[in-house]
Amino acid sequence: MDQQELRALEHRCIQEEAPECTAACPLHVDGRAFVGHVADGQWSEAWKVLRRTMPFPGILGRICDAPCRLRCKRGERGDPIQIGALERTCVGTPPPPVRIQPLPRKGKGVAVVGAGLSGLTAAWDLARKGYSVQIFETGVRLGDGLRARFGDRLNEAATTEELDRLMGLDVAVEVAAGVEAPGFLEACRSDFDAVFVSLDGVLGRRWAVDRDGAGEIAVAPGSQATGTLGVFAGSRPAADGPSPVWQAAEGRWGATSIDRFLQKVSPTAGREKDGPYRTRLFTSLEGVEPLPAVAAADPRAGYSAGEAVAEAGRCLRCECLECVKVCAYLERFGAYPRKYAREIYNNESIVMGVHQANKLVNSCSLCGLCERVCPEAFAVQDLCLASRRSMVRRGKMPPSAHEFALQDMRFSLGDRFHLVRHAPGRAESVRAFFPGCQLCASSPDTVVRVYDHLTASFPTGTGLMLGCCGAPAFWAGQEAVFGEVCGRILEDWERLGRPELILACATCYRVFSQQLPQIPTTSLWQLLAAGDLPAGAAGEGIGPVAVHDPCTTRPFPGIQEAVRRLLSRLEVPVEELPLGRDRTECCGFGGLMQNVNPDLAREVAGRRARVSDLDYLAYCAMCRDSLAAVGKRALHLLDLLFPPPAGADLAERPRPGYSQRLENRERLRRTLLKRIWNEEAFTMQPHDAIRLVVAPEVREVLERRRILDEDLKRVIHEAETSGNRLVHPRSGRHKAVFRAYRTAVWVDYTPSPEGFVIHGAYSHRMEVVGGPRK
Amino acid sequence: MKVETVRPEDLEWMCRKCDRPLEPGTVTVSYMGNEFTAELPVCPGCGFVLVSEAVALGKMAEVEQILEDK
Repeated sequence: MDQQELRALEHRCIQEEAPECTAACPLHVDGRAFVGHVADGQWSEAWKVLRRTMPFPGILGRICDAPCRLRCKRGERGDPIQIGALERTCVGTPPPPVRIQPLPRKGKGVAVVGAGLSGLTAAWDLARKGYSVQIFETGVRLGDGLRARFGDRLNEAATTEELDRLMGLDVAVEVAAGVEAPGFLEACRSDFDAVFVSLDGVLGRRWAVDRDGAGEIAVAPGSQATGTLGVFAGSRPAADGPSPVWQAAEGRWGATSIDRFLQKVSPTAGREKDGPYRTRLFTSLEGVEPLPAVAAADPRAGYSAGEAVAEAGRCLRCECLECVKVCAYLERFGAYPRKYAREIYNNESIVMGVHQANKLVNSCSLCGLCERVCPEAFAVQDLCLASRRSMVRRGKMPPSAHEFALQDMRFSLGDRFHLVRHAPGRAESVRAFFPGCQLCASSPDTVVRVYDHLTASFPTGTGLMLGCCGAPAFWAGQEAVFGEVCGRILEDWERLGRPELILACATCYRVFSQQLPQIPTTSLWQLLAAGDLPAGAAGEGIGPVAVHDPCTTRPFPGIQEAVRRLLSRLEVPVEELPLGRDRTECCGFGGLMQNVNPDLAREVAGRRARVSDLDYLAYCAMCRDSLAAVGKRALHLLDLLFPPPAGADLAERPRPGYSQRLENRERLRRTLLKRIWNEEAFTMQPHDAIRLVVAPEVREVLERRRILDEDLKRVIHEAETSGNRLVHPRSGRHKAVFRAYRTAVWVDYTPSPEGFVIHGAYSHRMEVVGGPRK
Repeated sequence: MKVETVRPEDLEWMCRKCDRPLEPGTVTVSYMGNEFTAELPVCPGCGFVLVSEAVALGKMAEVEQILEDK
């Protein structure tokens, strides 16, 4: 990712776009922040927000016509927030102290002719930018025009205070100035470096300057330029009543134009958002109940402080966060995609130092719900996967991040699980069943029943492919490894005579569809939905259930539909979860989240589990097991289609542990080989004869530490045959270590007649390379 | 980096092969191309080094994490 790609990516996340009120305000007052402070009763903070962008809040805050109201999102659910009224209440509270720090003097002078709101604003902005400003006021004191126009809506003390603050800058005023004299403008033009004319304060009928069709001085909207070089103006107030905020804004734009004119820089560059503009911020109104505006007890006096706080409390505090609302992962890291894109970019760019965002990159489930719900289709999963790949290529992927899952994948591809066979007695396969690794790991007996059914369903029989689709390598960003897996799958598929593969796992289906499109596939669910129900299928007394679609089916509505058709034929009542089908949530397994960030994965599964009290019906073994692991009653669709002979409560079935999952796969292969092909599996390893005694609480620790029975057996076998071990004379315990792959596993055990009693085990990756130095 | 990592109870273990109790010793440990010395219980006979659970899951895990994110 280069800087430009980063910018493009950041632009797609609209969370930092302005809310409607700010975008609608000609001055871009941060209405959301202002109203937020009011709602919190933080009047000083509210004042400061006004001061940041609003000239003379003590004046303008009392007369602002609040055009923001027309675009307020709250207005789509009740009345818009009465920001104008809130401004008046705010500026009626004691103002916090303020210190104005103008920029260094620029040594240039600007005349401001007339002291309407546009003229005063131009004077204020220019003086703060370091210009010497000379105001020509037609009245007998500064601000008389304003006082005359807005009368008792203003507060004399506040008006004086604001104007005194202006006079505290490099500003001089000539009162009772004869500005309407025919040569006045030309004189100003020659005496000053630039001129701003406040047409809401003077007429200028007799000046020689370009005029429009109606005879008014022609002013270009936005730049506020007149036909005379160096002369800018705020236009005459519209006949249907003056818009004070608009006049002030014209003063501001004029001041900007004068500054650029005098600095000899582009008059227009970067000013697209000078006036009201369209914002891209999306704010969902889902679940927002309509609310009317708070009514002031005394409408003439406006809101009391309490009334203002209540009115401000109706503000929706517009923001997008559509993705963060539906994703515990995005929420966990405390920000939103725009920020994450920057963090991930920095993570990639640093040469020395700590890669702060590794966990962020590796924790994403890659489920793609963010992209689905984002108004701009921001795909965090693409960003994370690309970054993982880059980390792997650069040798910067933390070795521990995905190793356990990759090890598990290697097991599935190895000769203790991998199996490729035609249907018995057949020399070719028209179709073959590819149940996937985790269904076999979770529910091997069910796989046998499904395979029996598929074998019987087709006169030409059904071949079998046991293995792994490579998803763990794909998710881990291990492109080379994934490529190898794909190569092996293609080889197996060729060996079977290029059959159509029947896939039981949504992740396999997605990997095959997107990465191995040359292999024809069908999902088991679509296949079953198209034929007769399996003989033993039983949905009686089941349900209602809530269907949990695996996140990997998001792009495949046909599969989701087939599952519902099957449930309907089983007469199982179904309720849809609020986030289902193409908006379904990940169970916490996807993207190897469970490996990298087990706490987060548990939270994700827990959140999903709590959405409905109903039993869940999943059709991915990992989804079912992840939900079961957080205590959710969950069924697999195959539990109904191919129920086991005994009537156990399958929804209560716990998630088989990691060791069990290995054993299940190996046993499944052995069972199928024996039963269907009448072959013995010869995969005994030297440590297989070792028997372990593991108490449940020890088992729990082993699971959490992802230490397999196989690891324990290997350590004990090694220790018992070599004699390399420690003994603890007092307790009689043994302690031994064996380093396999990149991990050293330590086991505390005691030999007993029943087997080796395991007291505990732990692992580390650091290697002891040098013996003791004497 | 020096890791102080020998607790009295670690020295209660005996090397089965040499039939000698462990003693504190300075050993070299390495991860991802970085080498450190650490004080760990060692068999004075054969040099068998004990990494206790407290060390493996504490200091060592911490250093592994830091090095992985380097």
